[in-house]
Amino acid sequence: MDRIAFLLATGLARGLVIALFALSLVIIWRAARIVNFAQAAMAVVAVFVAFAVTALTDSFWLGLVAALVAGAVVGYAVERWLIRLVPARTPLPGMIVAIGLVMVLQAGIGIAFGPQHRPMAAPFSEQPFTVGGVPVLSPYDLFVLLVALGVVGGLALLFNGTTLGLQMRASAMAPEVSRLLGVRVPRMVTLGWMLSAAVASLAVLLLVPTELGLNAHSGDVLFVHAFTVAVLGGLDSPVGALVGGIVVGVLISLVTGFLGAGLAPIAVLALLTLVLLVRPGGIFAVKEARTA
Amino acid sequence: MSPATPRPTTAAAAPAGASPAAPAALGVEGLTVGYAGAPVMADLTLEVPAGQIVALLGANGAGKTTLLRTVSGLLTPRSGRVVLDGEDLSAVSVEDRVRRGLAQVPEGRSVVAELSVEENLHLGALWKIPARRARRDAVEAMYDAFEPLSRRRRSLGHQLSGGERQMLSLARALIAEPRVLLLDEPSLGLAPRVVAQLLDTLRDTARRTGLTVLLAEQNVTSALSVADRGVVLGLGEIVADAPAADIAADPALRHAYLGF
Repeated sequence: MDRIAFLLATGLARGLVIALFALSLVIIWRAARIVNFAQAAMAVVAVFVAFAVTALTDSFWLGLVAALVAGAVVGYAVERWLIRLVPARTPLPGMIVAIGLVMVLQAGIGIAFGPQHRPMAAPFSEQPFTVGGVPVLSPYDLFVLLVALGVVGGLALLFNGTTLGLQMRASAMAPEVSRLLGVRVPRMVTLGWMLSAAVASLAVLLLVPTELGLNAHSGDVLFVHAFTVAVLGGLDSPVGALVGGIVVGVLISLVTGFLGAGLAPIAVLALLTLVLLVRPGGIFAVKEARTA
Repeated sequence: MSPATPRPTTAAAAPAGASPAAPAALGVEGLTVGYAGAPVMADLTLEVPAGQIVALLGANGAGKTTLLRTVSGLLTPRSGRVVLDGEDLSAVSVEDRVRRGLAQVPEGRSVVAELSVEENLHLGALWKIPARRARRDAVEAMYDAFEPLSRRRRSLGHQLSGGERQMLSLARALIAEPRVLLLDEPSLGLAPRVVAQLLDTLRDTARRTGLTVLLAEQNVTSALSVADRGVVLGLGEIVADAPAADIAADPALRHAYLGF
């Protein structure tokens, strides 16, 4: 029983990081109708900047701010000077260019910084609290949980409670109609990329202290899990990303704890297959009630 | 027996309710537009006087939608220009044409399906009325003008009926108080009663606010019933430009170009 409680708690913390990254994929899908396969590689570039800032200033917090800013800058640069040049009649060319970008960024990071993992210290202890003798969340897990919930709440407020969010949603769903209503759609798409890349960078930054360290591939597994989550929840659904992230995080934790780490990816893919068979649009996909 | 081809006519008399000396709110001059090498219209010139409703008539493929999309800036002409209140819009983006008072309701009930009725209306007013409270008042005014929408405030666009969607598209265009409205096939797929109701609202709004309207329609009878003038397009050229009543009364023209 103690073991289950521990695995559930660690699964929740890991799941929230996955949810955060999945949310970044949802944002970019909603803003630009593209599955950005370069999201993890872009985030790792920003986290390298954060790593440098933390190393120079000895402050995790300045590094965190640097990750957000660098993520937004990378998002801006990729959209403005690369993706905007790609024909957008179908999503495929954008996806292929994004995959190419992954190769360029990962090779570039590898050439510049080598293959080794660079450890990053967490700002809080990773030793779990014990409740009634049962180890549960660590202070760092709690920090991750609060940050993830704060970001999810902030994004929900942005998209549903502000005029900027309304314009971003409309631009993604109906770009031509939005232009005819005076919305500056290209600007909204750029903002979507910046926001999405910043959130992804934050997710990778939160993950790195709990892993071996930072290198060019630090975001790869996170991307695979988050992509699964985004598809599970429905690429259009922030709530789906949040719930799906927690479900996948807990599933990985339980399978790793009871059956071994090697079976965790199979469990995730089995869950994905099951959901797609039952509900191909994702669990939280909007159901169209009327089409005529 | 083939019908005699009517000779192009021009407005010889002022339409009822409009000043003959009304300056053109919207003009297209020598417009040539095409898709992938195939010209859709060549050297087309047209004026829409301020405060008038001009019905743009013609069969499928005549170039009505192409003309409207070129005027709003969605299509770039090969040559010629669009003029709004004397200003050449050639270098003006779609978004900035909207800010100059040019609104378009595209074909196909263009509501944003995933947004609610309320959000669609706010979206239409955002550039003009940034203050939330004033915008809310403007949205309420639209609910008063289009009463059925007030009962569907929280419904998503895709949950509306065809008539409600078209009503929402029109309300969303009018909320920013444009000077010129381009309306593309508002009757498409709607019941005659709903079409009549929509066009009545359009006519009342135009009379009350001085709105200039270019109304592209295949439903000739309905369009001419509210229009001051009719312009008939045939394969990218203007084949008739006359008061609405004259076009409605010209059997040769109706038979040759309008299919009834």
